[in-house]
Amino acid sequence: MPIQYYIALAVTLFSIGVVGVLIRRNAIIVFMCIELMLNAANLLLVAFSKTHTATTGLPLAGIDGQIFVFFIMVVAAAEVSVGLAIIVMMYRNTHSVDIDFLNRLKN
Amino acid sequence: MIVLLILIPVIAGVFSFFIKNSKAAQGLALTASLLTFLTALVLVTTHGKVQLEMQWLPQMNSSFNLSMDGMAKMLCLLNAVSVPLILSSTLRSHYKSPGNFLGLLLLTQAGMMGVFLAADVLLFYFFWELALIPIYFLCSQYGGNKKIQATFKFFVYTFLGSLLLLIGIIYLYLKTPDHSFALSSFYDLKLSASEQNLGFWLFFIAFAIKMPIFPLHTWQPDTYEQAPAAGTMILSAVMVKMGLYAMIRYVLPIFPQAVLHFNHIIVVFSVIGLLYASFIAIRQDDLKRLIAYSSIAHVGLMCAAIFSMERVGLQGVMIQMFNHGINVLGLWIVASAIERQTGTRKLSEMGGLATKAPVLATLFMIMALANVSLPLTNSFIGEFLMFNGIFRFSIWAGVFACFSIILVAIYTLWAMQKMFYGKTSDFTANAMESPRNTQYALIVITIVILVLGVYPQPLLQLTQDTVQTVLSIK
Amino acid sequence: MNLAYLVPLFPLVGFLINGLFRKQLSKQAVSVVGCGVLLASFILSLVLFFDIKAGGAGVRTYFDFINVADFKIPFAFQVDQLTAVFLLIITGVGSLIHIYSSAYMQEETPQHFARYFAYLNLFVFSMLLLVMGANFLIMFIGWEGVGLCSYLLIGYWFKNDTFNYAARKAFVMNRIGDLGFLIALFWILSKTGTLSYHELFTPDMLAKFSRADVTAITLLLFVGATGKSAQIPLYTWLPDAMAGPTPVSALIHAATMVTAGIYMIARSHLLYSLAPFTNEIIAIIGVATAVFAASIALRQNDIKKVLAYSTVSQLGYMFLGLGVGAYGGAVFHVMTHAFFKALLFLGAGSVIHAMGGQQDSRFMGGLKKFMPVTHITFLLACLAIAGVPPFSGFFSKDEILAAAYASSPVLYYLGVLGALFTAFYMFRIYAMTFLGKFRGTQEQAHHLHESPKAMTIPLSILAVLAVIAGFLGIPAIFAPHAHLLENFLSPVFSDLPAASETLSHQTEWMLMLVTTVLVIATIIWAWKKYADYQKSEQQETGLSKVLANKWYVDEIYDGLIVNPVMKFSNFLKNVIDKTFIDGIVNGVGRFVQYSSRQIRLVQSGQVGGYILMMVLSLVVLFVIFWNQAYILTFIHWIFK
Repeated sequence: MPIQYYIALAVTLFSIGVVGVLIRRNAIIVFMCIELMLNAANLLLVAFSKTHTATTGLPLAGIDGQIFVFFIMVVAAAEVSVGLAIIVMMYRNTHSVDIDFLNRLKN
Repeated sequence: MIVLLILIPVIAGVFSFFIKNSKAAQGLALTASLLTFLTALVLVTTHGKVQLEMQWLPQMNSSFNLSMDGMAKMLCLLNAVSVPLILSSTLRSHYKSPGNFLGLLLLTQAGMMGVFLAADVLLFYFFWELALIPIYFLCSQYGGNKKIQATFKFFVYTFLGSLLLLIGIIYLYLKTPDHSFALSSFYDLKLSASEQNLGFWLFFIAFAIKMPIFPLHTWQPDTYEQAPAAGTMILSAVMVKMGLYAMIRYVLPIFPQAVLHFNHIIVVFSVIGLLYASFIAIRQDDLKRLIAYSSIAHVGLMCAAIFSMERVGLQGVMIQMFNHGINVLGLWIVASAIERQTGTRKLSEMGGLATKAPVLATLFMIMALANVSLPLTNSFIGEFLMFNGIFRFSIWAGVFACFSIILVAIYTLWAMQKMFYGKTSDFTANAMESPRNTQYALIVITIVILVLGVYPQPLLQLTQDTVQTVLSIK
Repeated sequence: MNLAYLVPLFPLVGFLINGLFRKQLSKQAVSVVGCGVLLASFILSLVLFFDIKAGGAGVRTYFDFINVADFKIPFAFQVDQLTAVFLLIITGVGSLIHIYSSAYMQEETPQHFARYFAYLNLFVFSMLLLVMGANFLIMFIGWEGVGLCSYLLIGYWFKNDTFNYAARKAFVMNRIGDLGFLIALFWILSKTGTLSYHELFTPDMLAKFSRADVTAITLLLFVGATGKSAQIPLYTWLPDAMAGPTPVSALIHAATMVTAGIYMIARSHLLYSLAPFTNEIIAIIGVATAVFAASIALRQNDIKKVLAYSTVSQLGYMFLGLGVGAYGGAVFHVMTHAFFKALLFLGAGSVIHAMGGQQDSRFMGGLKKFMPVTHITFLLACLAIAGVPPFSGFFSKDEILAAAYASSPVLYYLGVLGALFTAFYMFRIYAMTFLGKFRGTQEQAHHLHESPKAMTIPLSILAVLAVIAGFLGIPAIFAPHAHLLENFLSPVFSDLPAASETLSHQTEWMLMLVTTVLVIATIIWAWKKYADYQKSEQQETGLSKVLANKWYVDEIYDGLIVNPVMKFSNFLKNVIDKTFIDGIVNGVGRFVQYSSRQIRLVQSGQVGGYILMMVLSLVVLFVIFWNQAYILTFIHWIFK
């Protein structure tokens, strides 16, 4: 499959993520959109890595791209756990997960 | 030997931060400053130039290069004399952490020594900042009621100057053929007219703020008013001379054409500043602000004489730098002694102190007369030579500058009579004679005033070589 | 004689002893030191005088005062005939006044007594520097020094704010004069490079001046002289200077310091001989001051004020003499004036002493019988100053007036008018003080007494001098070559061109006769009018009110100069410095604060906002990245 398809899919996913982050106000949805952007990046990394291996013919060429994906997944998992914990705490305090409401850091 | 001038105050200053006991800290500071004074005395009496060169930042072609010609000798001596006098006259003052206070004072001294000695431009800048930073802390930690505002103003003004200076230094550094910070390669620079003008203004404004020249002077009265006594003394007795020194050492020789191009306007501004500050001093009710404006006036005269580019005038500036330092120090010592005794700085609330403190009155009278630059006090010779230089430069500038001798008499005598003569007021009724340590410091200053007033030749001879070099580059 | 430096050194030593040990020394010790050093100086001056007479004039150089490459001013003394005359006046009259002071100031506490003598000695030291200096700079040192001592002594009773004001006024007005002096010095220096008389006053050096230079320099020097010697327009400090102790007025404000201007012009007579315009100005100012001040004195009641205006007026005569080229006559009048005016002041002091501080002659009267010595000496002095032959004032004033007539009869007529005023006010004040009935309080009458010996002996000596000093300058019409003073001074003034016109003996006789008759008539009139003076409550009106208020000159100066200067200072302080310059400085600060407050709004705390910014910035970065080549070209184009 040509690489362009992967790129197109990744760009679409990423754009959906960006737009979601910008326009949605529900914190959990914003969070999911961030995950979407991360995974778009992951998809690109894996796709480029595979293509690189195929074109050079060396078995280990481009392997670092796939290793990065693992790192990103680990970091994303950590982020989700911390982020969801924060959102839960927020909900307990304010009874809302609306991000426009969460501007207390100002001042 | 020359490095001791910087090293002794630095080491003593750093040590002083760890001393909690007030007496011990004072002892240390006094010993250190006296040692510095002795070193300076030995160096000043050595014949010819004293030099030292060590490696510092070879990657940037900057070396730890100290050199001591006549002008540097004189100003180091002034610096070394002033600090013991300041310390001894403020022995009775109480500060919340004396170790820190004295440490900062000594670091300032070290920085100023470095400024006067440096023969490398980067090193000069380094010491320039080193002298300023402790004084900021002195003012902001130990000052009066409005210390924060005053220090902030001082800080912004001087840092603006420092920034311009840094830009100027880097600009010239990049112009040097061998990319070197050595003063000699700055002197050898061949700059085009526009390059000279740019560099001139960058350096000039930086130093003019420090001196200060009208209209860049408004930080000074506020700072002098709010700074602690010792800080004010070191600021006006020595630090003001950094600006004058740098003007002569850097601006005149590096940008000779630009100086000749702009010196008319600068002389005019200096003379305006001289008269302007004198007029304002006439209506000052606050003793400290009065001395501050008087100091601005004197510095304006010195600046005019520098830019008159006349040999006589420059020679006058040389000795006047020393003399003004000594005299203004005396005035500040008296001012702080009176403030401590009466609790007020307002002239309108004083009066009749001559009956309460006759010794102080007599000593202050001599300081005041030196401020008026009466003959046979030290500042007469300097002012005579400076007026003469300005007069040779332009008759009208000379005539207008001379008008200041009337104004200075008006405000100085008025202040003296308000403070010491007339009837006592509520504030002065319970005043007592100034303490012994203050008197001793003032007596030393009085002796210097009179001796140099009758026989100024040693100072003139000491600084002749610098005047020669500076003007020969033109 | 090489000991010339000892002459000023003695008073300096006296000053140091009295000044430094004022707490330890007793009053006796102070007066012994104070008077002793002066007497020593006087004896040395006498020795010096005879030495010079024997041909020992010359310049003595001691050390380099300023020596900078092309600029060299030595500390040197010039000892010649002119100096010798002034030395004798200063130390001679000075000694007498010192002795007088030791009794007059007896009521002061020892410490202030010593302070007084210290100042007095310092004054004599400065005055000696002034007349002995071999160049203008040394003269200037003395010039400022005497100004300082005058300031200190006028404000001697420093608890009184009016006195302090008078002291300050004197100093500042002197400084205005000094400004002229100083500028003249710079002018001379820039043309010739020297200030030493013996180098400067040579034909070669004088040739370096253009006509405009000479006129400007001489005028500026004259400005200096008007300050120190209290001439129009800078005379108003002298009457106020009477706030000082009376012996001080005698020494400083009559006999010595105020004649410094005459000395200076006489010293630089060669310059002045090249500037006819300046000479005219000097003569006009001199005669104007002589008449103007005398007119004020007509209506003053304070005995010291009368004498003060009289001094201003007499100084005007001296300047008239200088202006018309009678340098010898001016110096002669300095000398006779020193004697009779010092005597008048000391006599007035004696009266004030007896009256317990009362200075207003309306409350005196009839003192003749209580104070015989003071009365006689005062009367002699009045005759001398009025110019009655053969008292000293007659000869010196006549010499000046004759020279004035030769120059222009108008000057002469005005001079005679001033002389008549002088005769009138002197005898008015004499009659009000010594004749008639006593008008003081009961208590004062009880205490009236003749002053102690230490005061009457100087009075008597001065009286003798005031009577006979005139014979040092007998005019040629009485006896040729009998003008001893002129003969003595001739080496100094010999380099002047001879006077173009000389009066015929006949004219001179006539002038002398007319003046004398008029003066004597005026004296009789004044005597008659005021011998039985009675206080009247009647308000003065018209001209006499203007005169009593001194032509309102002080008020005019206050309105025209002092107040505007103060307003200007206030304006600079409050408007320019605080509002304008500090306004700009603080404005910059406020602008930074304002703009940061605005920019802070971007930091809203809305997560969405931050993310939007992030995304937009990313887009901008991408755009820049893809077009960097164009952008770099653009930047280069801008900074070209």
